[in-house]
Amino acid sequence: MSEFLAMGGYAAYVWPAYAVALVILGGFTINAVARYRAAARALDSLQARRPGGSR
Amino acid sequence: MHRFANPARFMRVSGVVLPWLAVLTSVLLAVGLVLGFRAPPDYQQGETVRIMFIHVPSAMLSLGCYTAMALASAMALIWRHPLAEIAAQQTAPLGAGFTAICLVTGSLWGAPMWGTWWVWDARLTSELVLFFLYLGYIALVHAFDDPTRGIRAASVLALVGWINVPIIKYSVDWWNTLHQPASIMRLGGSTVDRSILIPLMVMAVAFFLLYTVLLVVRMRASLLERKIRALRLIEAEAVPSDYGFAEPAHSVLAEPSA
Repeated sequence: MSEFLAMGGYAAYVWPAYAVALVILGGFTINAVARYRAAARALDSLQARRPGGSR
Repeated sequence: MHRFANPARFMRVSGVVLPWLAVLTSVLLAVGLVLGFRAPPDYQQGETVRIMFIHVPSAMLSLGCYTAMALASAMALIWRHPLAEIAAQQTAPLGAGFTAICLVTGSLWGAPMWGTWWVWDARLTSELVLFFLYLGYIALVHAFDDPTRGIRAASVLALVGWINVPIIKYSVDWWNTLHQPASIMRLGGSTVDRSILIPLMVMAVAFFLLYTVLLVVRMRASLLERKIRALRLIEAEAVPSDYGFAEPAHSVLAEPSA
């Protein structure tokens, strides 16, 4: 396991590269889902106020 | 094509397809990562070759996203289609993200293998220009009070800026660069060994699918946000009529009838 983490002496280059990809792509994923849910909730409450409004 | 470009139909179809696409993306990403870390280290580059499994797919996507953005912008300019406009606008930050990953991982790969984090050579510089083109597009969209004008100006930038895409692709052939020439997509077949090529291809497909999933979710969110804005506008317009502003605006300009 520690041999795997050491990446043949290149751990300082390999793991940051994967970390950057994880942070950026993970960030996009969380943001996209949160944005969609927030919009869906806002639209629901907006339409609940309008009589006869449907999606 | 136009049948699927209807926003209501897009919401319906994408809602059905999206969960399956998300599952497929997760599976391919997991498989790609496992294969990537199981691949034998390169005889020259050792373990740093694993950086390639994210560097090359994000480089492909950085060019692919820009091309998609330029195509969608062209469709938005020609047919004024709202979905094309939204697709271009929602692709831009994703493209910038893939470009950033490509630049940072390339730097982290270059440091131990080339002995430098950065050089101002053709490939690296043109990829950096691509990053700024994405940022310019995003800034331009929001630079006008009238969103339609912002999108239109940004669409023109997306189209003109596309010239950079072939420059990046062929920069390694046209100029002497520190970056290696094409080894995967080249005439006469790939020069990359299968033990490396297969995980790389899986990761490339997984990254492409991830882009598609993120784009669809962002487009769906954007469509809902537009609907919210339209509904709020109707509510806001309903209020002033109580205060005596119900007169249609053109009556002010109308000739007084004698």
